[in-house]
Amino acid sequence: MAGTAGRRGAGAASLDAAAALAVEDLSLSIAGSRILDGVSFTVAKGGVTALIGRNGAGKTTTLRSVIGLEHATGSVRVAGVEVAGWPTFRRIRFGIGYVPEDRDVFSHLTVKENLQLAESGTNPRYDLVYQIFPELAQRSQQAAGTLSGGQQQMLAIARVLLNDKGLLLIDEPSKGLSPRFVGEMVEALEKVRGEATVVLVEQNIHVVKRLAGELVILDQGRVAHAGPVEDLDDPELVRRLLGVSTGT
Amino acid sequence: MSSPATPRSDARPTLVDAVASRLAARSGTASPATRSRVGGAAVLAVLAALILLPFVGIHLPWVLPSAIPVLNSIGMLEVLALCFVFGSVALGYDVLFGYTGLLSFAQVLYFAIGVYVTDIALTVWHWPFLAAVLLALASAFVAAVLLGAISLRVKGIAFTMVTLAFAQAGYYLINDNPHNLTSGQTGLVMATSRLPSILVGVAHTRELYWLALAYLALAYLVVWIATESVTGRVWQAIRENEQRVSVIGLHPAPFKLASFVLGSMVAAGGGIVYLLLIGTAAPDAVASATLTVSLIAMVVLGGLGTRWGAVLGAFVYVYLQQYLVKMAQEPSFARLPVVARDALSQPQFLLGVIFILFVLFVPGGLAGLGLRMAIRRHRRSGGDAAS
Amino acid sequence: MSTLIAILISGIALGAIYFLVASGLSLIYGLMDILNFAHGAFLTIGAYAGLELSLHLVNGGGLLGFLGLLVVAAAAGAVVAAVAEVLLIRPLYGRPVSQILITVGLDLVVVGLLLGVFGSDSRQIAVPVWLTGATHVGSLSIPNGDFVGLAAGVLVYVGLGLFLKHTRFGLVIRAGAENRDMVQALGIDVSKAFTFVFGLGGAAAGLAGLLYAVVFSGSLVGPTQGDQLLIFAFIVVVIGGLGSIRGSAIAGIVVGLVQVVSQFYLGSKSGWAEAGDISVVILLALVLSLRPSGLAGARER
Repeated sequence: MAGTAGRRGAGAASLDAAAALAVEDLSLSIAGSRILDGVSFTVAKGGVTALIGRNGAGKTTTLRSVIGLEHATGSVRVAGVEVAGWPTFRRIRFGIGYVPEDRDVFSHLTVKENLQLAESGTNPRYDLVYQIFPELAQRSQQAAGTLSGGQQQMLAIARVLLNDKGLLLIDEPSKGLSPRFVGEMVEALEKVRGEATVVLVEQNIHVVKRLAGELVILDQGRVAHAGPVEDLDDPELVRRLLGVSTGT
Repeated sequence: MSSPATPRSDARPTLVDAVASRLAARSGTASPATRSRVGGAAVLAVLAALILLPFVGIHLPWVLPSAIPVLNSIGMLEVLALCFVFGSVALGYDVLFGYTGLLSFAQVLYFAIGVYVTDIALTVWHWPFLAAVLLALASAFVAAVLLGAISLRVKGIAFTMVTLAFAQAGYYLINDNPHNLTSGQTGLVMATSRLPSILVGVAHTRELYWLALAYLALAYLVVWIATESVTGRVWQAIRENEQRVSVIGLHPAPFKLASFVLGSMVAAGGGIVYLLLIGTAAPDAVASATLTVSLIAMVVLGGLGTRWGAVLGAFVYVYLQQYLVKMAQEPSFARLPVVARDALSQPQFLLGVIFILFVLFVPGGLAGLGLRMAIRRHRRSGGDAAS
Repeated sequence: MSTLIAILISGIALGAIYFLVASGLSLIYGLMDILNFAHGAFLTIGAYAGLELSLHLVNGGGLLGFLGLLVVAAAAGAVVAAVAEVLLIRPLYGRPVSQILITVGLDLVVVGLLLGVFGSDSRQIAVPVWLTGATHVGSLSIPNGDFVGLAAGVLVYVGLGLFLKHTRFGLVIRAGAENRDMVQALGIDVSKAFTFVFGLGGAAAGLAGLLYAVVFSGSLVGPTQGDQLLIFAFIVVVIGGLGSIRGSAIAGIVVGLVQVVSQFYLGSKSGWAEAGDISVVILLALVLSLRPSGLAGARER
């Protein structure tokens, strides 16, 4: 079974302390239903790893568990350091940037305030942020809640770029965006790619193919497959694990 | 957020299936049927022992809080009867808070309605006993439906605040002595002329004890039936996740109101028994926010959502309260340092400390402790590790 | 006419004190989802702290002495509240019902302790003479205490607004009220903000406890005074809309006015002693029936 192979492969690789992220045996039950069932995978330094799977496969929960917003059991190592058991804010300060699903910017705060809130180091990289997202500079006094979905997504990504983070977790950046904005988003993420190791949860297979180098496919709370992004060219695998055909 | 992966058939599950499967996922090892059979037998055994208790004259000097430390002394029977009364009120509160998750501060209002309406009808208007009781119950019902409907318009914390405000209004109203009905802060002593003679006087403490016990048994039966019914399952589903109940296609509002009214009626009945037992209605004793807090402490000490936990919690609370008062009068008490003596002379202080310790360290209350021990015993006896 | 004006001013002053209590409750609720029943204890502690200091001052110590009382009351409330947050609330993060229950327990303990140490009788705070006097404008006579209450309310409202708008802590608090998880996910230790907000609420409560005693209770303090006041503060918070500071300010004044005016016109004239208190509850029922989310229409949870 592909899942076993994927887990075994991940187990061996997780010995590599230089991995940007290594999770092992993440498990979580909420109200009696098993949401994560021993998720293990490794993300090598640099590049983009896509975490994909059907709705409810456990992708968002995996990301939230990595930063401690869900209290899953198991091991989470960031750059070789065990962070399981740390409070969320410490994991983030240690070097993780998290872009949540549905943007989750603070809608009552201005764009500028949203960015200020994210400042943690001594040298916030406003120049970098405004270079990638020039629109945010123009709208700095606008309440974030009045931005369009695409602009909110840019703000959410800008927040994590402000500080130098080794690892970025980005949850469904293309969700709910019009095709035009998806294009802009992908261009922006291509620039982000050079700044850090990225774990990208994404439903849009075209976005995955353009951005990601590696794949981890989740199914029913387990890793069902891990490999290079080219594996998505196998229509049988895609149909079985993602329930979609690549034609669309 | 992506929804959890639960294998689910396409057919929409019926309400009972959905709720029951959720509950099954939560509950422990034994099937509900066996658990309730064992529980039922235990309840009957305790009931039998309590019925016979007035005939048992054991001397327990350090244990009993009454002045004469004999188990069937009048003082002790009164304390126990008070335990039964508050046991029943706490049980009604468990329906609201423990089963439905409604943190109401108005339970005491319905208790007070039971006490005061009966008292006023008997004492001020000279009504016959049965009519007074019926009026009290009817008043409590109307008030519960009306105020319940208003306060349930808001959820969560706002609901708690609103119920507190209504209960406080009741307290002020009683203090106000409108039309000289309540006698205000001094309290209204019950006229006994229209009562059945078997319920009057210290000589009939034993009968009053049995009456209180009978009421507790009745309240227990009603609450048991209600919480084990389909409605009861919906209450628990509302407690766990109100939104999900709406998603199943049920309107939570009437169920919440039903829980509110049932809890209130049990409290009102308890109020009537309380009046017969104590013979006086006083606002600070029956309508104050302090009593509300006591009720909350009872169900938390005993354990939420377990029925017998609430009753046990009420017993422990009333018992401790009486015992601490007695302790403060002990001569040895005077030898304590001043600060300790000042603090310990207030049962409220000690009960508060115990309450805090329970919330921090024994979140399941006494019932939860019992359950945890049972699970440990089950494991040791070779049973499968059940979490 | 002049009576009406005096009554209106008194109502607004009472509303200002309600605002002091409600603002803390609202901040705490907004950020932490906790209904703080121990707030009544913080009120009473502030008043008793002021009382203890006042007994060491000659003639209430004049203006400076009185300001000293206010500072001590606020500091006492802040310290007790912050310590309570660290010791009792923090172990229960993620268990909102237990957090509410523990504040109920804390209130029991504090009131029990005060009853044991100071007895149930009210005690007299020594305040400067001018504070108990009145200012005369034409036929109008306004108690000086009313001005003090009003000034405190305005200062706290403005100060709180500036603090929330222009400081990093303020930014964290505003963001946390919207989405606590996300604040943490930006690398911010939100528990520090929790302790801070509790302390801030405690300070406002301590201040309010002392001011209420001085302005509306003939400088008398009793162990359960805070709890009585707290119930009206709860009503103010619900009417104003949970978590809204501006709503609390408006609702505080509305409730204060309704209470004082109805007490005067219904209560004093007909001998109905609790007319003001009951009118406030009726107001609450009306607002809830017409607008369950409160005047400010804040989010409902």
